[in-house]
Amino acid sequence: MAKPKPRVKVPKTAAKGEVLEIKTLITHKMESGQRKDKKTGEKIPQKIINKFVCAFNGKEVFSADWHPAISANPFMSFYAVATESGTFEFTWTDDDGSVYSKTAQLTVE
Amino acid sequence: MRRIALAAVAASGLTVMLAGTALTDETNWGAYEVGDKRSGYTYAAAETRSIQDDDFENPAMLWVDTGQELWDTVEGEAGKACASCHDDAAVSMAEVGAIYPVYYEPRGKLINIEQRINLCRTENMKAKAWKWESRELLSMTAFVRNQARGRPVAVKIDGPAAPFYEKGKEFYYQRRGQLDMACKSCHEDNAGNMIRANLLSQGQSNGFPTYRLKWQKVGSLHRRFRGCNSQVRATPYKAGSDEYVNLELFLADRGRGLPVETPAVRN
Repeated sequence: MAKPKPRVKVPKTAAKGEVLEIKTLITHKMESGQRKDKKTGEKIPQKIINKFVCAFNGKEVFSADWHPAISANPFMSFYAVATESGTFEFTWTDDDGSVYSKTAQLTVE
Repeated sequence: MRRIALAAVAASGLTVMLAGTALTDETNWGAYEVGDKRSGYTYAAAETRSIQDDDFENPAMLWVDTGQELWDTVEGEAGKACASCHDDAAVSMAEVGAIYPVYYEPRGKLINIEQRINLCRTENMKAKAWKWESRELLSMTAFVRNQARGRPVAVKIDGPAAPFYEKGKEFYYQRRGQLDMACKSCHEDNAGNMIRANLLSQGQSNGFPTYRLKWQKVGSLHRRFRGCNSQVRATPYKAGSDEYVNLELFLADRGRGLPVETPAVRN
């Protein structure tokens, strides 16, 4: 499978104290580990993103643990309050240890 | 097998009971409804529709993005990318999604978008054809058809395409498989009724390639055909077969005027 591709949507600018909706999406098969290969009958090993973290200026502000029932290409949206300008860093951690990340800038006026 | 037979009987019973409800549905669907033609969008759940409405949330847009990248990628011995000849897809591909499949003279038959893409690859780019249902081919098809989003489907069914249209129509009304059902048994006679836990739509093709929540990915129209055919216990044809391309033309004409929705999201 192609390398997972993350996408995030964060407003570029915001007023101080404004509540922002942050949307994220990543391409991933989220192989549950419960399927069998139709030809061989062997179990297909689990390979999912098990952790999603959003950090703002290096400090974790939101995180989620994901389990095998999460669908493929997981979409996640949440809210944050804008207090200062800075950088959001989003990271997705895969079962095999790889980390996919994406950053977004926010300017608070 | 007995359970299936019972389900079929139950489904035909529902026709009578539910016909009234289907007719009283007066929601205004805007562009998704043209005359008595209704896009699959209007049969989808509100949650599913909201995923399609937001391009960010719509996971199929990731395929479209991949298609854009591939559009600019040079491949093959000729050292060309799609963009080398076609330049800006928003201009050159603006109509394609609404008018395919078309009659292709050198082959003396119809070709659809997937086949056109692969023809370009093998003949003009001297690159390898992409496999049907591969991420690349789905992405490129979704990308190309997405350029026509919002345009009404307007295929050509006269002239050299006419005999193929007739073949497609014949296929549509031909009963097949152990359940002895034709496409029309569900999508014309029972659109709006339940088949077990699923709501049957008119089976319009304007949103393909579609992100199906069941598939957890984008899939082609021919994949859908194969699914339908095997569900009535018929042997499906190969994706890209003449039978399916002819059917594709008939379906496009059947949904004439509905806007291209690619990439749609369905359950």
